[in-house]
Amino acid sequence: MAILADDLALPPRRFSLVTAIRRNPTIAFGGLLLAALIVMAILAPLIATSDPFKIAPVNRLRPPSERWWFGTDQFGRDVFSRTVYGARVSLIVGLSVAAFSSLLGLALGLACGYFRRIDGLVMRVMDGLMAIPSILLAIALITLTRPGLGIVIVAIVIPEVPRVVRVVRAVVLSIRSQPYIESAIAGGTKNTKLLLRHVLPNTLAPLIVQSTYVCASAMLIEAGLSFLGAGVPPEVPSWGNIIAQGRTFFQIAPWTILIPGTFLAITVLAVNLLGDGLRDRLDPRLARRL
Amino acid sequence: MVRATQGDGSAVVTAYIVRRLFAVLPVMAVVALFVFFLLRFAPGDPAAIIAGDDATAESIAAVRAKLGLDRPVVEQFAVWLWGLLHGDMGVSIFSNLAVTRLIAQRLEPTLALTLSTLVVAVGLAVPIGVLAAWKARKLVDRLVMGFAVLGFAMPGFVLAYILIYFFAVQWQLLPVQGYQPIGEGFWPFVESLILPSVALGVTYMALIARITRASMLEVLQQDYIRTANAKGLATDRVLLLHALKNAAVPIVTVIGIGIALLISGVVITETVFNIPGLGRLTVDAVLKRDYPIVQGLILVFAAAKVLVNLIIDISYAFLDPRIRY
Repeated sequence: MAILADDLALPPRRFSLVTAIRRNPTIAFGGLLLAALIVMAILAPLIATSDPFKIAPVNRLRPPSERWWFGTDQFGRDVFSRTVYGARVSLIVGLSVAAFSSLLGLALGLACGYFRRIDGLVMRVMDGLMAIPSILLAIALITLTRPGLGIVIVAIVIPEVPRVVRVVRAVVLSIRSQPYIESAIAGGTKNTKLLLRHVLPNTLAPLIVQSTYVCASAMLIEAGLSFLGAGVPPEVPSWGNIIAQGRTFFQIAPWTILIPGTFLAITVLAVNLLGDGLRDRLDPRLARRL
Repeated sequence: MVRATQGDGSAVVTAYIVRRLFAVLPVMAVVALFVFFLLRFAPGDPAAIIAGDDATAESIAAVRAKLGLDRPVVEQFAVWLWGLLHGDMGVSIFSNLAVTRLIAQRLEPTLALTLSTLVVAVGLAVPIGVLAAWKARKLVDRLVMGFAVLGFAMPGFVLAYILIYFFAVQWQLLPVQGYQPIGEGFWPFVESLILPSVALGVTYMALIARITRASMLEVLQQDYIRTANAKGLATDRVLLLHALKNAAVPIVTVIGIGIALLISGVVITETVFNIPGLGRLTVDAVLKRDYPIVQGLILVFAAAKVLVNLIIDISYAFLDPRIRY
């Protein structure tokens, strides 16, 4: 492409943000929203107006005002500061679950699609895991361990892996009968090289799209687990925990639930929009069907 | 082609159903192995964690004996599996009651909630999906798609509180929470299920509406739809008899896949609305770390999911006679 442009003496194509946004408004909107939330999470200590842990019984259950933007909870803690810090938990869980389950799912999916001997066994295990509703699978693991961020991530990765394996495996199965794979085999290409050079690149687009959905689902499961009291320890200000603690006083202080809930919904929306946009861009065939 | 297979059609369907029935066995076996070995291979000492932070050595040993963890793994598995095959899921650590009995007691509210959500969600989502496909790229379509995108992002429990705030607290139209058994009057029973069903069903509805629209859009481009329109059939007849019928397979698939959303959602929805069903039982068991109950519930929920998938798969044989696996 670059050589061609040079030969024809055309000016090289410059990246234009305006064009990019106009072409893919969904990716741009979801991506920018997500970026803003990530910045908020990283800069939480600077953005928070007060200490999210500071208990002040005098100021309990104050409605949103100039001093407490999002009001206070039953311990007089500032809901705005707690919500800002809560973004950290959701994003860490969402992004790390997406990363770990993509890697594991990619490895298993490539292996199953390519080495047919292990396919039957691994896929039966995946079918079994998928029969267990994800939140229950996570709950079962959490019942047996001490609460913590790490165990929550592991507990959500396990039910998400089979979903990635299925996607990757399906791509590998459709690729491996292509003539260029056969000719590579005929040419004596080694298995590892064949997988990495010829099969892997084809799986990346659907894998990226799937990982955004895994990320969104992980954030919802984490909030659900925390809400049930089976997630990160209750003293951690995660959105699920803030909502769970706001339950008792919901009727007189609805902001303790509605505000972190809205943030959770917006974050999931941003990730989903990014995923939908990427799907339309990377896999137009699938996009037409949905 | 159709005529050629008609003679042995029912035999083919029966063979297909039998094959699908046998495919259930490995899936349930994996589920059973998973819940069994999770307890045995969990990091740390599950018995100590279940016994609690201020447990003595004796109470930990008691929990271990109760869970059978003091015996060899093979023996534990044989005893456990034998019991399971006879409908014995063990005994709750705290109440000493049989897990099967505890589950049976809580079945009604959960069944009522899931079924009412299923009816409400399918009853609303399929028509709005059809409408969106019919009016593709018009305002109605954009509204439906907007709802679908929002429905995917909205956490059920957050929506539940929004609904409670307006319908129960502000306007006082419906009860805030609680469940009325059907035996104590039909209307209170329905009233107690309206808000939970909407909160539980919104993601499910978004999913079904989206697939209905996509599947209908594809079918509406077919030649026979143009023919049906050209020969002057009424629009509703074309949409429902010609298009929806042929678009049904993906829709039914998603209705089945989505049952998983309902089963997962039940745990949270029942907690928000204080409904004494299987979801509440799950949460209570987790908070007390009563693993035998959690184990039994996973088996029941997984079996429910597998059963629904089986029904869906079998329904294909009748919805689309071309499908033969």
